[in-house]
Amino acid sequence: MINKDSKVLLEVKNLRAEVGGVQILKGVDLTIRTGEVHAIMGINGSGKSTFSKVLAGHPDYAVTGGTASFEGKDLFSLEPEERARAGLFLAFQYPVEIPGVSNSALLRLAYNTLQSERGLEELDPLEFEDLVQEKLKVVEMDPSFLGRSVNEGFSGGEKKRNEILQMAVLAPRLAILDETDSGLDIDALRIVANGVNSLLSPDNAVVMVTHYQRLLNYIVPDYVHVMDGGRIVRTGDKNLALELEARGYDWLRAAA
Amino acid sequence: MSTALHNLVNQPYKHGFVTDIETEAVPKGLSEDVIRLISKKKNEPEWLLEFRLQAYRHWLTMEEPSWANVNYPKIDFQDIIYFAQPKPKKQLASMDEVDPELRRTFEKLGVPLHEQKLMTGVAVDVIFDSVSVTTTYKAKLAEIGIIFCSFSEAVRDYPDLVKQYLGSVVPSGDNFYAALNSAVFTDGSFCFIPKGTKCPMDLSTYFRINTEGSGQFERTLIIAEEGSSVCYLEGCTAPQFDTNQLHAAVVELVALDNADIKYSTVQNWYAGDENGKGGIYNFVTKRGLCKGINSKISWTQVETGSAITWKYPSCVLLGDNSIGEFYSVALTNHLQQADTGTKMIHVGKNTRSKIIAKGISAGRSNNSYRGLVKVGSRAAGARNYSQCDSMLIGDRCIANTFPTIDVQNTTATIEHEASTSKIGEDQMFFFAQRGIGSEEAISMIINGFCKDVFVHLPMEFAVEATKLLGLKLEGSVG
Ligand SMILES: Nc1ncnc2c1ncn2[C@@H]1O[C@H](COP(=O)(O)OP(=O)(O)OP(=O)(O)O)[C@@H](O)[C@H]1O
Ligand SMILES: [Mg+2]
Repeated sequence: MINKDSKVLLEVKNLRAEVGGVQILKGVDLTIRTGEVHAIMGINGSGKSTFSKVLAGHPDYAVTGGTASFEGKDLFSLEPEERARAGLFLAFQYPVEIPGVSNSALLRLAYNTLQSERGLEELDPLEFEDLVQEKLKVVEMDPSFLGRSVNEGFSGGEKKRNEILQMAVLAPRLAILDETDSGLDIDALRIVANGVNSLLSPDNAVVMVTHYQRLLNYIVPDYVHVMDGGRIVRTGDKNLALELEARGYDWLRAAA
Repeated sequence: MSTALHNLVNQPYKHGFVTDIETEAVPKGLSEDVIRLISKKKNEPEWLLEFRLQAYRHWLTMEEPSWANVNYPKIDFQDIIYFAQPKPKKQLASMDEVDPELRRTFEKLGVPLHEQKLMTGVAVDVIFDSVSVTTTYKAKLAEIGIIFCSFSEAVRDYPDLVKQYLGSVVPSGDNFYAALNSAVFTDGSFCFIPKGTKCPMDLSTYFRINTEGSGQFERTLIIAEEGSSVCYLEGCTAPQFDTNQLHAAVVELVALDNADIKYSTVQNWYAGDENGKGGIYNFVTKRGLCKGINSKISWTQVETGSAITWKYPSCVLLGDNSIGEFYSVALTNHLQQADTGTKMIHVGKNTRSKIIAKGISAGRSNNSYRGLVKVGSRAAGARNYSQCDSMLIGDRCIANTFPTIDVQNTTATIEHEASTSKIGEDQMFFFAQRGIGSEEAISMIINGFCKDVFVHLPMEFAVEATKLLGLKLEGSVG
């Protein structure tokens, strides 16, 4: 929901970044306020995941210009784990498998780390179990997933759902969902979208990187951005996504 | 993968101090005269000198093994001190007589040397360089017929037992290093659990190499008579020297009918620095003989130290229905090399063995699992289950598995599973993105990966092992 008076969560100005010596981001500008829902679309390879990973602080990516502030703090002066503890969450396009570490152990450690960061009480395994059972319902996941190693042997869709479970437990200020909808079946898409909707509040915000309108039918964006060649080349409302769905990207590039 | 992953900042080895204590050493080098001198210094009976000399003569005819997947410059066996002992050497009647400097050393190492600490229930034998410094809790164990003492004392006080069992599991000419050990071993631990006795406490030995240039050649012999059981723990550390030191121990276990021996090791010898300078060459022969029916021998090892590890704790399953187990975590970092595993030799009927081996490689290290499961023609109904998992941390390390299966009885069942997983920057980034720092992430991964082995360690050893592995890997990722 757009409210021009609400607090700025993230402000990115003229962000440039490279990976493996190749310039990928070539001046990204983006402002996100609390309560807002953003969608970032764009052709394959346009830099959407790069943008997400740069914000989260992936060590392979080097910021070569521009600024990003998160709730007023210089994002790039923070370590990746500090950004996470400050409330920045990235649901990965390709979630990694962590052999031998159970989902519940990971969730609890991540949760308690955040709690202590926020000066709140940490939960013991039993208390945490109650909390996580509630969160499982958000994404309608079977409790058996808690005992399994993180993402190990999970199907593509299960991995995506697991990312949203983590989001539900960690309750971030800003969640960036990188193609969380890709690979979800029709029912799972609805469930995950409902889950994300239920987590939205006037105090947080979400950025969805997606290729498909169907996700935006469930989670209606306030802003739709189109990324191309490492830049946001067009910003509109939800109708821009509908237009892209109907016409593709070529007309935009021709217009640019 | 970027350089961040290889930004290795290893936690300095914390046991790397040298104790300033006067030692008395036999001059460098090996000859029959040196062996006679060692034997004389130890007031040994003639038969033991003969055992040594025979081993030495055999050793002279042997070649250093080269089949292991490890590389190191040729060892000059004449450049090693074969016997070093803290001075002055006199019989120690109680703990208070132990050299205070030595006691401080063991306090630093966390070895509970004081009587009061012993109330925690662990009987400790401490081997400092080559000599057993003290065996605690002896009297209490003696009341129920358990003998737990230094090898030298056993030779003096129980010569018949030693004579009966010494070399019965690892013959003096078994392999190059076992032969060397048989010729020059200086001390070690001896443990005898009589018929029907369950040892009421864990028995523990701490090994420490202190003198530069000295080798350590200790000998451990554990005998569990019919229906008895014992749980034995071994810990090792060494100071930090730039030169390599040789550790060639022999451990022999004998389990008679229905006896049960559980042997756990946390090995943290000095591993050398991050450029591979210094460190212990750990060339050890450990073997257990399940001699009686329904007997059981279980090895659990956590190998973290040593520049080179060459070690295959094995079980010979002679008695019908006997059981052999091997649970292992071997961690290598920097330029460490480990070639370790086990041999399960099924001789008797319905013998069972289980192998769980976890290898963790980081840095530029090389970590190999080598295993043999052999089922003889008489071993009807033999069963083995093996699981070998490797974890690679970063992309400059190497993990290998060399499993060999040799089955001569068609009724045998052999199962083998193997897996390799990789911890790279993406995994560490994932943890970071969830707010978890690299140290905690590593500790979580290690615990998860090793839990099937750690559950077989005594509680306090498991805690120590977890901490140790975490320290060893600190800074090796992300
Ligand atoms: N390590 C690297 N070295 C060189 N180029 C890279 C590297 N990583 C990513 N790129 C390139 O950066 C560009 C942007 O990739 P990115 O993953 O951000 O695209 P995307 O918009 O998320 O695409 P998709 O919609 O397919 O997920 C691509 O052309 C990709 O090949
Ligand atoms: Mg992408």
